Amino acid sequence: MKKRVASPIVLLGSRLLSPYIMVFGLYVIFHGHYSPGGGFQGGTLLAASLLLIRISSGRRISRIQFSDYLTTPLAVVGVLIYFGTGLVALFAGGYFLDYGQLPIPGLDGAELRYWGILIIELGIGLTVMAVLVSIFDDMVRGEDE
Amino acid sequence: MLTTAIIALEADDLLIAVVMLTIFSFLNALLFTTMGAVDVGFTEAVVGAGVTGILLVVAIYQTTYETVD
Repeated sequence: MKKRVASPIVLLGSRLLSPYIMVFGLYVIFHGHYSPGGGFQGGTLLAASLLLIRISSGRRISRIQFSDYLTTPLAVVGVLIYFGTGLVALFAGGYFLDYGQLPIPGLDGAELRYWGILIIELGIGLTVMAVLVSIFDDMVRGEDE
Repeated sequence: MLTTAIIALEADDLLIAVVMLTIFSFLNALLFTTMGAVDVGFTEAVVGAGVTGILLVVAIYQTTYETVD
């Protein structure tokens, strides 16, 4: 947003609120196996905590927290985590995204599926967070230039 | 919930419409949670009441506040 004086009260409130939203988003991602939630909701919560700082402060402060040229590489890394896990399971002898075939030593079938879903959801959450922040940055950048 | 939907459709100020749409989305999430679909309600609360409101407010800041029809 351009040419608006940043209120210190609003900035302090969103600075207090944003880390708790971020911690809750990480909790939702990491507990997505046996409670409601998962990669999409957790990634959206992470994006909401970033967008809160981006709305309440200007571009200069929000660039210190999370630069806008980081969004597209992080989205690509998330997609590569997802498809990489699927393709590793495919080449290890199973189907695509067949978590039971992941070649991680020392784990049996149930634990393999547990960790496979966790890795998949980390990728999904990273991609959703980066893409939502990227959409916001593109909309605001159209205003500034 | 129906009241907020009608206000969101009939308001002339678009910021009022966006806020009413967010309240509608939040009540919808509460309804989903009450009916047992916690996952759907969670998604609705996060996406509908959070990110959509932010993106619509940004869109309003780039265009106009008032409807023309």
